[in-house]
Amino acid sequence: MSQNIKLKKGFDINLAGKAEKKIAELSQPETFAMKPSDFVGMSRAKLLVKEGDTVKAGSPIMIDKQVEDVMYCSPVSGEIAEVVRGAKRKVLEIRILADKEIEFESFEKHSDVSGLSKEAAIDQMKKSGVWTNIIQRPYGVVASPQDTPKAIFISAFDTHPLAPDTNFILEGYAKYYEAGIEVLSKLTEGKVHINVNSDTAEFLKSNKAQINTVSGPHPAGNVGVQIHHIDPINKGEVAWTVAPYGVAQIGKLFLEGKYDASKIIALTGSEVKAPQYYKTYSGACVNKLLDGTTNGGNERFISGNPLTGNQINSTGYLGHYHNQVTVIPEGDYYEFFGWITPTTKKLSMHRAFGLLSFLGGKNKEYVLDTNTRGQHRAFVQTGSFEKVVPMDVLPTHLIKAILAEDYDDMEGLGIYEVIEEDLALCEFIDVSKNDIQSILREGIDLVKNS
Amino acid sequence: MKFIEDIFAKVRPNFEKGGKWEKFYYIYEAHETLLLAPNSTTGATGAQIRDAIDMKRMMMTVIIAMVPCLLFGIWNAGYQHYLAIGEVAALGDILLTGAILVVPIIIVSYAVGLGIEFTFATIRKHEVNEGFLVTGMLIPLVMPASIPLWQVGLATAFAVIIGKEVFGGTGMNILNVALTARAFLYFAYPSQISGDVWSFIGEGNTAVAAFSGATPLAIGAAAVEGTEPMVSMLNNSWSEGLFDFWNMFIGIMPGSIGETSTLMCLIGAAILIFTGVGSWKIIFSVFAGAFAMGTLCNVFGANEYMLLPAHYHLVIGGLAFGAVFMASDPVTAAQTETGKWIYGFLIGILTVIIRVFNPAYPEGIMLAILLMNVFAPLIDYYVVAANKKRRLKRATV
Repeated sequence: MSQNIKLKKGFDINLAGKAEKKIAELSQPETFAMKPSDFVGMSRAKLLVKEGDTVKAGSPIMIDKQVEDVMYCSPVSGEIAEVVRGAKRKVLEIRILADKEIEFESFEKHSDVSGLSKEAAIDQMKKSGVWTNIIQRPYGVVASPQDTPKAIFISAFDTHPLAPDTNFILEGYAKYYEAGIEVLSKLTEGKVHINVNSDTAEFLKSNKAQINTVSGPHPAGNVGVQIHHIDPINKGEVAWTVAPYGVAQIGKLFLEGKYDASKIIALTGSEVKAPQYYKTYSGACVNKLLDGTTNGGNERFISGNPLTGNQINSTGYLGHYHNQVTVIPEGDYYEFFGWITPTTKKLSMHRAFGLLSFLGGKNKEYVLDTNTRGQHRAFVQTGSFEKVVPMDVLPTHLIKAILAEDYDDMEGLGIYEVIEEDLALCEFIDVSKNDIQSILREGIDLVKNS
Repeated sequence: MKFIEDIFAKVRPNFEKGGKWEKFYYIYEAHETLLLAPNSTTGATGAQIRDAIDMKRMMMTVIIAMVPCLLFGIWNAGYQHYLAIGEVAALGDILLTGAILVVPIIIVSYAVGLGIEFTFATIRKHEVNEGFLVTGMLIPLVMPASIPLWQVGLATAFAVIIGKEVFGGTGMNILNVALTARAFLYFAYPSQISGDVWSFIGEGNTAVAAFSGATPLAIGAAAVEGTEPMVSMLNNSWSEGLFDFWNMFIGIMPGSIGETSTLMCLIGAAILIFTGVGSWKIIFSVFAGAFAMGTLCNVFGANEYMLLPAHYHLVIGGLAFGAVFMASDPVTAAQTETGKWIYGFLIGILTVIIRVFNPAYPEGIMLAILLMNVFAPLIDYYVVAANKKRRLKRATV
């Protein structure tokens, strides 16, 4: 039975710099990189290549020491240029100097995926690099092939600030997407859920899955919020989530026999001259992308969206799961009486005195910088987190339970149901300026490793 | 404002690690961040942008919400003085007299409280939290204008040290700090704070015949023993119309500086609710609880105080002020949304119970809030337990 979920809680951050639906030419960057840190929860990366080796797109680059049969594969073909290591020789980046013409490892092709067995499907996915698209809940880590999930969830829309339009970036992928859904439906005993909103294109609504409609402000597009309302995760249960791009990538692997890491990414943000889409590959160096496209000045480059993304420098690399690069102004300036001056330029969910942002109306676009707008303080304000988390969890108490390292309370209060992105808005609106997302990850690591 | 930035930039090294005044870094920082919003930026991971609000702005909103009560309190202090000596005075004279009474109390409260806050911040090496900005204004507003200044200083010191800092400072306290100050005086020096609280400036002035500084709550305490209906006792006060319902609603009567005017408290409540700083659930449910209990008392009607119409309870004493500014203190109130309803409602009920059944403590709201401060974590405990139970119910393992 498909479900219709209407969410009231949440907050849309309406930023300036949305990408225009147009794919611009991009001269491909020379280097691409795989970063073990993109794969949350990876225990220890073990390299399968060394500097100087040549690889094809789909050649294994590294594995996780704990799950040795899942391959993390190269997005492009070329030569391993450099392995960047940090403290204790921890691998930070594996840089690949790309060929002009990408060569692909060839995997088995299937003209019809319906006849494929579950074991054969898993085997091919593990070998080819597409397995990393499957994220396990609880914990939000790359799924273990040994598990059988109770259901698989796909959120077909993204409500993050400045998020790229899923319909647009998957245009022309309908065949692969459909095949991907068919393959995924073999992996679970339960259902495959595709959660859509009113704007979702028809080709994303596969009839092989259950279609649920979700409406409301951000975080309505977060798959964690959707799972909570459709079929919540309890202790001991495992569900899997896949992003729509991942579904198409899985489908393409079986239909065409190759690991195609090409993706359409959006360059967004108030400092971008003409925010639009570009075609590149996972792990691309952003130097070519940012060359001449931004206003210059003191800018922050973010791989991903401004709410959950990571800061990178102008020669950094696109995160494995990101399909967006955002450029916003740095906020490292002092502001005379900045905390009290009345203004309509700053955005706040709270309507506290002097902050007139609500006068701008719902559609006003804001230019936000990276200033923290205040310093860290004790928890004082209550009730505001609850306004932006449309789930039956008590975020304030969950965060406090994590800070107190109270395992029973963390479990009881629903730590299995959330990952960073679900509480990202709490971090945004927090009056006391706590780093809620990193606190939550500490809590998840505690229960995961206990 | 570049020159201010330059001044701070010049002085800053002295307070940073290795500087000669390194110990006083947090005192320096408190002043700097007051004038200049800091240049700190978000971390490399997580939310790269932040909401414009901070603790300073939130606390300042509460102070703004208290301004109507404060201004009215200053006027009322002056007005009550001239009423007591039977003179008609111009607005300027009234405000001046009121300011002479009220402003020193505010200065003492802030001086003592901030002094202690700065000392603790220096000893503990943590930032100066903004909590006292609000507390420092709340304390004067719950004192009678006639309170001796040394008592204000003593009460503030007691409240900040014993009520807050021993628990770890702002955000950690169990009891409302301003009410702790008031409760301290209430039990330590009862004659200056309860009963006949209001007086005029005595020097060179004589009060009119039949003058009494009794507040409506003191009259209520007398009504418990008496046989005369309380409403008629209120109507027969020494000054005509002093204690009729609408006059008490507007607040032109003796009482603590900021507490007498229900109207001004409601304006404050509107500011707090509109800005989202105060919880409307708590504020509303305190009034609802008091009205419900007042009505229930009417039904039983064992003494004259119990027969007081329920809506009178909402305008006498500090109920409105307590509901708006004290009960809704986010640190000491219940923190769950369901808990807030229960917490506020019980405060309302307890206030009326304490007033009507225990005339030794005329001001019920203070004790009711302090009592419920202690029970707030228990209320939250059950609300949180219910949430956990829902999650456990659907689990199969």
